[in-house]
Amino acid sequence: MSGVQKSFGATRALKNVSFAVAPGEVHALIGENGAGKSTLMKILSGAYRADAGTIEIDGRPFIPENPHHARRCGIAMIYQELTLAPHLSVEENILLGAEPATLGWLNRSKRRAIARCALDELHSGDISLTALVSTLSVAQKQIVEIARALISEPKVLVMDEPTSSLTQVDTENLFAVIKRLCERGVSVVYISHFLEECQRIAQRYTVLRDGESMGAGAMEEVKLGDIIRLMVGREMSDIYPRTPHRLGAPVLEVKSLAGSPKPRAVSFSLREGEILGIAGLVGAGRTETLRALFGLDRIRDGVVLVSGRERTHSSPARRLDDGMGLLSENRKEEGLMLNRSLADNLTATSYSPVATIGFVSTRRQRETAQAWIEKLQVRARDTAQPIAELSGGNQQKIAIGRLLHHDAKIFLLDEPTRGIDVGSKAQIYRLMGQLAAEGKSIVFVSSYLPELLGVCDTIAVMHRGVLSEARPAEEWTEHSVMASAIGQMN
Amino acid sequence: MNKVETPPARFTFGKILTVVGPFLGLLFVIGIFSIKPEVREVFLTGGNFKIVLTQTVIVAIGALGMTLIIVSGGIDLSVGSTVALASVVGAKLLSLPQPWSTPAVIAATVLAGAAVGIVNGSLIAGLRMMPFIVTLGMMGVARGAAKWLGENQTVNYDEKAAVNTIMALDEPYKFLPLPTGVWIVIGLAVVMAIVLRQTVFGRYVFAIGSNEATARLCGIRVQLQKVIIYTLAGLLFGAAGLMQLSRLTQGDPTVAIGLELDIIAAVVIGGASLSGGTGSILGSMIGAVIMAVLRNGSNQMGWPTYMQEIIIGVVIVLAVALDKFRQSKQA
Repeated sequence: MSGVQKSFGATRALKNVSFAVAPGEVHALIGENGAGKSTLMKILSGAYRADAGTIEIDGRPFIPENPHHARRCGIAMIYQELTLAPHLSVEENILLGAEPATLGWLNRSKRRAIARCALDELHSGDISLTALVSTLSVAQKQIVEIARALISEPKVLVMDEPTSSLTQVDTENLFAVIKRLCERGVSVVYISHFLEECQRIAQRYTVLRDGESMGAGAMEEVKLGDIIRLMVGREMSDIYPRTPHRLGAPVLEVKSLAGSPKPRAVSFSLREGEILGIAGLVGAGRTETLRALFGLDRIRDGVVLVSGRERTHSSPARRLDDGMGLLSENRKEEGLMLNRSLADNLTATSYSPVATIGFVSTRRQRETAQAWIEKLQVRARDTAQPIAELSGGNQQKIAIGRLLHHDAKIFLLDEPTRGIDVGSKAQIYRLMGQLAAEGKSIVFVSSYLPELLGVCDTIAVMHRGVLSEARPAEEWTEHSVMASAIGQMN
Repeated sequence: MNKVETPPARFTFGKILTVVGPFLGLLFVIGIFSIKPEVREVFLTGGNFKIVLTQTVIVAIGALGMTLIIVSGGIDLSVGSTVALASVVGAKLLSLPQPWSTPAVIAATVLAGAAVGIVNGSLIAGLRMMPFIVTLGMMGVARGAAKWLGENQTVNYDEKAAVNTIMALDEPYKFLPLPTGVWIVIGLAVVMAIVLRQTVFGRYVFAIGSNEATARLCGIRVQLQKVIIYTLAGLLFGAAGLMQLSRLTQGDPTVAIGLELDIIAAVVIGGASLSGGTGSILGSMIGAVIMAVLRNGSNQMGWPTYMQEIIIGVVIVLAVALDKFRQSKQA
């Protein structure tokens, strides 16, 4: 792809991007959110038309007319949000839209054979072909998605944030799959915010910033710091800033909490000004723990004390009254009202500061929202803008802003930095430090170990629904956290 | 805290179209019927518009309640039956040997609608059932109850009852005075517009329709709000039943069959989305007027009823298609 340009209205999403992938290589496409990675890949896969520029495959010019056309020409795409049909079986999903049939009559045995073959190629024969996709784990779904992409014999496979919801073990498996694909001559465009991963898996890289390609080269010859500098256009000397803070009295005590079916046994004590990290594999029950704590899921057993008072059974409304706030791991489906305005999303938990006897003052709401936008450095047109139009990082800032507006004392943050750019991540880490310094307490669930080790005061690890004892972050290493997460206690 | 600059709200072409769109549709429809001079003479008169507005009243009040429900992501198919039930309740009380007083009849009719609404809301919220199914069931139940109460025939009462004056057309050839019913609709519409736009409850309605999971996460008592939404809508459907009673001057348990579809159409033409989270009272009111103008205009043109049905069907699909087109342009 060379000299690619694309504008949306007055916004120039891509100014001048050039990008080349060799056969059988893994090419990392790196850039902050909003840098134009997704737009570029959507042009490649036929979802958008470029305003200018050319694309060539194997030296021949290629103008993708629509996603179907691009797919036939060997471009397969795996999106950040998995696009499987949950009510259909694995084999139905793998061959969705490409069912082997004679005159509309489905050839079931052939379908099974093709699906089997695709899964075997990924060394994932253990996934049942007849299982419903909704019963699979995230990692298995991802494999199914890749298998589906392989059916069309792609030359280029684009993976957008494939590991954002995977654990380290699943990530390793995925890397093995990618290596096998490359051996077959498939080129992989790998988009990820995890630079360490890009460094491991990719041979070459291209960095985008503000719709322009800033640099490209061989992964071996470049340092992480240089890539970050290209991405953000400034020095990122300190990704994990530490704000000094003191720990006070316990504000949230959890004693052998159990839900149905997860978590099984969770006990911890969160102190004022403490950032407690919860590590663990996806599916270990970390999200379920937060949901049960927040009153979203039923608590089967155990005791929850908020500021020393017994508050086991509760609802989200009462938890918010107790000064607790939850940031959902699922920003789009649960965290935000996408078609509502920024202002409404910010003030949804607490209208009282902007309303008088049940009547909302539009002016006060706008001013409040504007103040948060500035404080959190959200890039938005105005406070009435629908939140769907913002980038992931900016959306997340609004979701966190809601908890700040609510003036929560206890923050339950579930994967707060998932799928957002490095700049926004650093801002969120800094914010967490400031909150702790103000005496607020944070439970920080994350699958990304460097950030847990970099930000938290204490860390506990969850394994199959059971939370380990919390220990100071200094006593943990990435290796020891991983060992606990997979159940190999030392 | 330092002073915050609030930038003025920006008006894009798309936003203007959202507000003006239904208006343009209304003008277009009126324009079509005004092309033929001989029809225009009758159609474009104050007297005729008074008739159109009077014919709008029932659909419009229903659309007020339906807007609330549709914005919250729900649907109510039982409106027609609720209107019939409420009107039979009113007629029954007026036909007693000792008729109830006018205020008491009005209150009972409106509350009959609310009663249906509270049952709908409680079932939808309490049993987490689909509004479509619950209200589909209620459509039959309320209709049956109306027939039972009316002993399967129309309920007649003293023609001079004060209730009948609400929809009466005095001076049929002049635009003013408008019947009380029209003023009631205008008043209720203003109140509902304020409720939906300016109150915390209104924001909750939008929040639930936009994303129920988020609403729950934000501590909104979603199930309680739903009961309130359906009950409030039921009150309005009861009021529509009162208008129906006044217009027919008798209680007919078989009246208003299929009314829910006209009401849903009015709300959708007014720009609401059946997936919830969008919609406005002003839009729905214009939608209701468009429906009435179409009916009235087709009559004036001398088109047979089957033509009217086809035209109204086409207009509904066209209105929503235009809306989709506009949204895709905006995005």
